[in-house]
Amino acid sequence: MQGFRLSKKTNQLLAFNLFRLVSFMVVASLFLILGFIIINGISVINWDFLTKAPSNNGTEGGIMPAIVGTLLLVLGSIIFAFPIGVLSGIYINEYLKENWFKKIVRSMTNNLSGVPSIVFGLFGMALFVHTLNFGDSLIAGSLTLGLMVLPIIIRTTEEALKSVDDSLRQGSYALGATKLQTIRKVVLPVCYPNIVTGLILSVSRVSGETAPILFTCAASFLPRLPHSIFDQVMALPYHLYVLIVSGTDLEKARPMAYGTAFVLIALVLFVNLFANAVRNYFIKKSK
Amino acid sequence: MSTTKVEAKQFNLYYGEYHALKDIEFKATENTITAFIGPSGCGKSTLLRSFNRMNDLIDGVRTTGQTLIDGINVYDKSIDVDELRKKVGMVFQKPNPFPKSIFENVAYGLRIDGISDKHFIEERVVSSLQKAALWNEVKDKLKKSANALSGGQQQRLCIARALAIEPSVILMDEPASALDPLSTSKIEELIYELKQHYTIIIVTHNMQQAARVSDHTAFFYLGELIEYDETKTIFTNPKSLQTQNYITGRFG
Repeated sequence: MQGFRLSKKTNQLLAFNLFRLVSFMVVASLFLILGFIIINGISVINWDFLTKAPSNNGTEGGIMPAIVGTLLLVLGSIIFAFPIGVLSGIYINEYLKENWFKKIVRSMTNNLSGVPSIVFGLFGMALFVHTLNFGDSLIAGSLTLGLMVLPIIIRTTEEALKSVDDSLRQGSYALGATKLQTIRKVVLPVCYPNIVTGLILSVSRVSGETAPILFTCAASFLPRLPHSIFDQVMALPYHLYVLIVSGTDLEKARPMAYGTAFVLIALVLFVNLFANAVRNYFIKKSK
Repeated sequence: MSTTKVEAKQFNLYYGEYHALKDIEFKATENTITAFIGPSGCGKSTLLRSFNRMNDLIDGVRTTGQTLIDGINVYDKSIDVDELRKKVGMVFQKPNPFPKSIFENVAYGLRIDGISDKHFIEERVVSSLQKAALWNEVKDKLKKSANALSGGQQQRLCIARALAIEPSVILMDEPASALDPLSTSKIEELIYELKQHYTIIIVTHNMQQAARVSDHTAFFYLGELIEYDETKTIFTNPKSLQTQNYITGRFG
């Protein structure tokens, strides 16, 4: 037995290289996917593709309405979910006492974030499209997407608040500040970077989800911009789906599909970069 | 001449079932420094936090009897806790500057009080920093983050922050225990200076510190105030054996 034991150094070397290999594989597969999409999609990317509406069942023209639609959906869902999510997070962490109610609220939020997105789609259709009679519309889609990301925003807000050192709160109270003043002027400014992280995560999810908008707002072919929030919109992920499975000439639509995927990924990347810049700004400011 | 400023009458405090303070009778006169000493868990910090009701923030705290500032029971229903805390400042064990600029840290108490007069705030910030013996070190970097200061400077900033809203009583909970000896002696000098205008109560684990800065010393043990007298008497001729054992380092 003794003879087969590797020296500590060899052991360490093996372990390091194993970790290195694994992380390399993760990064490599990411680049493989990106590269595949870029190589296949870049050929159709031009100004017309980005600014024109699709024509001829998506085999010609561009994807402008889908880009705008996705941006509107992101905006709409965030306008709805961000304030409610952040305020809920504040309520749960700062105001609720540790008791059974808090436990229930917390576990419900956790469960909610595990619900498959197609279920949110179904719920959104039942509530917003039918019961509230919004019809297939931008607002119904935004609200459904908003509901889906609400738990993410609540959780990240809660975690961000939890990480704030209690001594800061005490210092504020000791100067005669009320609870609300303490939260607004001391606690929240410390949390902004982490709350923005929640926002980034939700934006990425909203822009990529297909299922929640499938029955609530997405138009498979609508070569114009929506006229109101009660109008249907196109969206990038759904347009991608349509191009791949339900065209008249799937072969001809294939490059357009890769182009759409390329734009979707680029969009998410840009939104993330922007949100990261905002986050860094707040980190710098709170130092 | 010697008006009573801070007082406790038949004061009891419970954390849930645990009886943390037992029938405390205590009086501190204006412009004096009182040191609270005793082993950990003896209730000295708890009593300190009963004068500005910081204990309210802990779930399950119950009190009977009274603590009084200027003869007014702070646990009375008519008391506005936020107003009370503006009158009774507090400095904590670990320096806890807000992650804001030096200037904004000191201005914080004024701003939450609704004061927006720029000149007034500026003057008050400068005078508070001067009183806290920090002005010369920070006057060129008021816009810099408070987190960039050293631990000792941060603690003096916290003192300046408390002074800015002009309290009449300052409670200090082991204000120098997280600091190096040089910073500690600066804080001690500062506390001694502040005595002229404020009534100060300081919790400390450092016997020399209690002996150096305070006029009166109270020794606590297991939730009771065992002995309370002039500091000189406590340290040279304590009446209780427990006090004597504690200050000579035989237990605690």
